[in-house]
Amino acid sequence: MDFLRPETLAEALELKASMPDAVPIAGGTDVMVELNYDHRRPSALLDLTRIPELQQWSDGLRVGAGVPYVRIIDELGAQLPGLAMASRTVGSPQIRNRGTVGGNLGAASPAGDTHPVLLASDAVIEVASVRGTRMIPAADFYLGVKRNALEQDELIVAVHLAPAKGPQQFSKVGTRNAMVIAVCSFAISLFPEENRVGAAVGSAAPTPRRALEAEEFLASALDFKAPKPLLDSVKREFGELVSQAASPIDDVRGSAAYRKHALAVMARRTLGWAWQQLVDGEKACA
Amino acid sequence: MTLTPAELTSAVSGGIGTSPQRPDGNLKVRGEFAYASDLWHEDMIWGATLRSPHPYARITSVDITEALKVPGVYAVLTHSDVPGRNLYGLEHKDQPVLAVDVVRYQGEPIALVGADHPETALRAMKKIVVTYDVLDPVVDMETAVDDTPLHPGGNLVRHVPIRRGSQDVTADVVVTGRYEVGMQDQAFLGPESGLAVPAEDGSVDLYIATQWLHVDRDQIAAALGLPQEQVRLTLSGVGGAFGGREDLSMQVHACLLALYTGKPVKMVYNREESFYGHVHRHPAVLYYEHGADHTGKLVYVRTKMYLDGGAYASSTPAVVANAATLGVGPYEVDNVTVDAYGVYTNNPPCGAMRGFGAVQAGFAYESQMDKLAEALGMSPVDVRVRNAMTEGSVMPTGQVVDSAAPVAQLLKLVQDKPLPAGTSTDIRELPGGVSNTTHGEGVVRGVGYAVGIKNICFSEGYDDYSTARVRVSMVSGSLAAAVHTAACEVGQGLVTIMQQIVRTELGIERVTVLPMDTTIGNGGSTSASRQTYVTGGAVKAACAAVRSRLDGRTDIGDEVIDETVEWRHRATEALDPETGQGNAHVQYGFAAHRAVVDVDVELGLVRVVSLDCAQDVGRALNPQAVMGQIQGGSAQGLGLAVMEEIQTSGGKVRNPSFTDYLIPTVLDMPPMSIDVLELADPHAPYGIRGVGEPPTISSTPAIVAAIRAATGLALTRVPVRPEHLTGT
Repeated sequence: MDFLRPETLAEALELKASMPDAVPIAGGTDVMVELNYDHRRPSALLDLTRIPELQQWSDGLRVGAGVPYVRIIDELGAQLPGLAMASRTVGSPQIRNRGTVGGNLGAASPAGDTHPVLLASDAVIEVASVRGTRMIPAADFYLGVKRNALEQDELIVAVHLAPAKGPQQFSKVGTRNAMVIAVCSFAISLFPEENRVGAAVGSAAPTPRRALEAEEFLASALDFKAPKPLLDSVKREFGELVSQAASPIDDVRGSAAYRKHALAVMARRTLGWAWQQLVDGEKACA
Repeated sequence: MTLTPAELTSAVSGGIGTSPQRPDGNLKVRGEFAYASDLWHEDMIWGATLRSPHPYARITSVDITEALKVPGVYAVLTHSDVPGRNLYGLEHKDQPVLAVDVVRYQGEPIALVGADHPETALRAMKKIVVTYDVLDPVVDMETAVDDTPLHPGGNLVRHVPIRRGSQDVTADVVVTGRYEVGMQDQAFLGPESGLAVPAEDGSVDLYIATQWLHVDRDQIAAALGLPQEQVRLTLSGVGGAFGGREDLSMQVHACLLALYTGKPVKMVYNREESFYGHVHRHPAVLYYEHGADHTGKLVYVRTKMYLDGGAYASSTPAVVANAATLGVGPYEVDNVTVDAYGVYTNNPPCGAMRGFGAVQAGFAYESQMDKLAEALGMSPVDVRVRNAMTEGSVMPTGQVVDSAAPVAQLLKLVQDKPLPAGTSTDIRELPGGVSNTTHGEGVVRGVGYAVGIKNICFSEGYDDYSTARVRVSMVSGSLAAAVHTAACEVGQGLVTIMQQIVRTELGIERVTVLPMDTTIGNGGSTSASRQTYVTGGAVKAACAAVRSRLDGRTDIGDEVIDETVEWRHRATEALDPETGQGNAHVQYGFAAHRAVVDVDVELGLVRVVSLDCAQDVGRALNPQAVMGQIQGGSAQGLGLAVMEEIQTSGGKVRNPSFTDYLIPTVLDMPPMSIDVLELADPHAPYGIRGVGEPPTISSTPAIVAAIRAATGLALTRVPVRPEHLTGT
């Protein structure tokens, strides 16, 4: 197996074009597990950790694919509260020091912790190849279980995510109080100026998935200009629609019925917290 | 010389009753300790194991031709290459070293590959062609005895009955229940690993992470067809055990490959293989009926319990005896009916794990005590205290408890501890933690109590002993001692305890613990909470022999004083096979817990807020190590209460990874307030009482009782899953 260590993005794209089987590796928190278990034996690993562009974020926001979770939590929490909350639930401190959003997107596991936030926040994934750059909305990025929209010669370069324009919440159920893979998860982003919300579920369908009917329901049921205390009936209906958006399975981590139930609970609660933040005139995360 | 330990303690620092630093402590904290998986030998090759994908199948052919052709492969071995007895086992020799014509569990070893690189071995292993005639597995422990016989003698491994007092007495208040305990794993962090080095004379040295060098050696020698002296074992660095290393894993396999190839052979399991490579805690189904009078005094207890031993016997017979003899708990009951059955199925083999039969019974009888309290309108503590055994109480086996049994005192100690503050508003302290599932919504608090009993040391007439050698000589002008045993240090701190005992007994501060190996006599198993008792007793006795030769001298010139002692605890008796009567146990240990939990009743998530414990340890030779044992045992009990289970379906393991087999993290385990009683047992060295297992028994039912108190649900199965709490 070759271990390729490009110093620049251009060099990395050339290598990827010439060796489409090369597996990109950043933090290695997914890839190395697969290698250790002999689940894959790529002809080459493409180490992206030396490329400065991937390790940076810029105003706007354009977050390099190789920025580790710990920096998102520590440095971007105010601007991207939802992403920071999801990042905080990833693995252990060691994993958060190494793991990246780019890696989460590359693996495209339905249980990846940041996916629901990216969906609910209208994130756009910037991918590149020697042929050029593509901007892929998160909603179009996840194609199936561990399958994403990348072409063979493309690398994930960055995630474009506007600073939060309203309250954001993320919630994840696991059967341990830390360091646990999601049984199911949920993210909500409020866009008060646009009179709408983004909502998405994780680990409850073959891909992370937006809850479009739930979003539409809230857009019509809520008055963002003069927010009043939420009616329980609104929360319940929203929870129900989120639950309906999921098509979970029974597996070793939980039953499909439990996942649907838990999604409804998380949707009700996170909507309540986000709305309260709006009512309180706050934008920061809890 | 008749100095007492108390007087001697003052002579040197680091004696008993203090908590000196572990000799292996710094290395482990710095990540420099050499575990068995770090073993290395020049010119060594790597072994790999081909395992059955089926829980039950007939093997119709095994073709190794293509595997042998892989460059770098030195050997591919099957059962026909086992030169000695192709069967081993702790109590029954029923488990093949390599499967012959049938596999009885998923993961059963069929063939071995030795190759120049672990990758080569894996590649070659995939080229071995095995054809199977897949059979319907037997997976239900309650009906297994009447199902397809998996072994020549049928599927009953052992039935232990106990009949005490009246068998048809009636009572004012009766509560019944059916309880289930899921399959828990020891989840030690250091996977199975060892290095076998062949010698020119046809003998072999094995460096190995194990719990019991001598019984490993005896089984290996029999399988290799070698005299015992030609199989030499040295303990390597052990990364935890908890019972999971009492049985053989790769020991014989590595030796077979080494002797066949003439090369040193290393074998290391990865985490997934480790789940298939060792026995687990027996899952159990337990039926109970408790009868009491209106004052809460127990009139009778009747129970029928099934323990699933899986495909091979391992230590099932002893586990069943423990579940039976300890099956009513630490309570006085005059009329007892117990039928405990250990059975064969095609589920993963089960054997020793911390608590060993007492854990399964403990969950059930403590659940029953809570149910009884509710039926009587009494508090859970009061109904337990009303029936608590004391010194002089009679066990269901007829055995008189002849040392301290402070059951009521332990319960009152945990009851009187201050309760934690009310439910937090900090999400880090709420169910779900930073997963941000609740800011207080749906969170209900509950409090629960439990107490448990565990036998210490080996039981039922087993000749349980340990051998210790203590050698004293002059080093740099002062006396120095070396202590040598074959008793395994698996992380519990025996190395420290042995140093402390020698310091105390001989007044010599510099004590070296020699590597543990089979050049000295049997040290017995590192299990049954017995090493401080038995090997500690042996070291103490060896020191006494040295001390009499030392005769008070502090300068012995060129003389070397070297004494080896074989030391036994008092004898025990077999159980009567009809009535279960007999003085079967050496000593009893007791612990009590009070658990406080916050339950998110809508999401079914639990946070254990506090888990306080009181335990009698007879005497705390190393107070810090005692606390560590109580904390660790309690955490393992917490795991069984709310998360730890090997899930099987049709005999297949569904979660052989630490991604899906969850053990508690530091954020799941609350800080503990611990009361340690030191009520000396006059029969034991220094009065000590085994400490490692009792806290594992009461922790689980206390937590489940607290969850019941919070939710009002019956919760008859552990681990409690979110689905059980939400009804989805």
